[in-house]
Amino acid sequence: MSKETSAPLAVWFFLTGRPDARDEALAPKAFWSPYAAGVLLGITLFLAFFVMGRGVGASGSMNRMMAAIYALFSEGFAASLHYYQGYFGSSRSVLYNYAVFQILGVFVGGYVSAALGRRAHLTVERGPRIDLRSRFALAFTGGAIMAIGARIARGCTSGQVLTGSANLAIGSLIMFVCFFAGAYAVAYVVRKQWI
Amino acid sequence: MDLIAPLFRQGFFGLDTSMVVAFVIGFLFGTSLEKAGFGNGRKLTAQFYLHDMAVYKVMFTAVVTSMFLVQLAVLLGLMSFEQVFVPPTYVWPQIVGGLLLGVGFVVGGYCPGTSVVSVASGKLDGMVYVLGFFAGLAVFPYLFDAIGGFYSAGAMGVVTLFDYVPVPPLLLAGAFVVVAIVSFFGVVRLERWVSTRWPSLRY
Repeated sequence: MSKETSAPLAVWFFLTGRPDARDEALAPKAFWSPYAAGVLLGITLFLAFFVMGRGVGASGSMNRMMAAIYALFSEGFAASLHYYQGYFGSSRSVLYNYAVFQILGVFVGGYVSAALGRRAHLTVERGPRIDLRSRFALAFTGGAIMAIGARIARGCTSGQVLTGSANLAIGSLIMFVCFFAGAYAVAYVVRKQWI
Repeated sequence: MDLIAPLFRQGFFGLDTSMVVAFVIGFLFGTSLEKAGFGNGRKLTAQFYLHDMAVYKVMFTAVVTSMFLVQLAVLLGLMSFEQVFVPPTYVWPQIVGGLLLGVGFVVGGYCPGTSVVSVASGKLDGMVYVLGFFAGLAVFPYLFDAIGGFYSAGAMGVVTLFDYVPVPPLLLAGAFVVVAIVSFFGVVRLERWVSTRWPSLRY
């Protein structure tokens, strides 16, 4: 299978949801070695510091999108929420922001990489012992828990655990430890979801 | 050599250009996560069942790579570390927030950044995760008012380990590189032991 045809085919499979993994010739390519991916991620992070003076993030941009969604209904209401202080009132949109443009890049980069690796198809990731409804319920719950955790801590795994730890910020190092501690503490409880 | 970085803070380009730069950095970030397999919730959570600890390997590799390069650039006089944004420390909210992030990660299967990659690569559970994430964000402004002063509990300002360890920063970064490499040998042994004992565990 040549590279020229694999990308459009992957797009087709992604759009149609056809599991191309069943076709031997179109099997997904292997992931990179974690060390290679880690070095690429580290260089990306360094470039962000070198060029912009700040790292990467994910939850902050989504928070701005949430503020923008509230503002769609009523900008006065959105601006009245204390947590969104500073988001509204300037001539610039709440979405004209470094983090927002960055997360758009994450989406496009993730998609292009998946399509080239023949890994872009509509699937549900779950272990062999869990039904779809439970998986979706847990995915929703986990997302909500992480949103609250990320906002309390002023950043998520990207903005704090990765970016902050790379500069040895004390709070981020504390989060690095707590993140793994919290996950290992409940891993046994939700094991049926994954293994 | 002259101090030139961070380029944006030194006025090399303006705000509009910085949005393009942000997109490019995001593109590389998303690419790295996807190449590592982090658009996939099973691959990510395998970390916590010990048979594939890619999350630890990728994160620690990225952290020490970036740390070393930044301190090297600072030592060469290319870059001002004072102008790099370092998140300020708030001990208590970061302990609670960190624990919640860990719990949510193994329950939901993704973290915010990787969930975006999962959506981009067609994972339906990732899409539901993102809906849940926005639901959490929607209630947070109210929670923010409710928790009051806790949000700023244990405020220490911008403090790093460099402030506490009296060795040259590049040397400390180098020590972390060594610690990371040594720990990877241990982690690989653990993965092998777990996979032999419970052969049904496959990512």
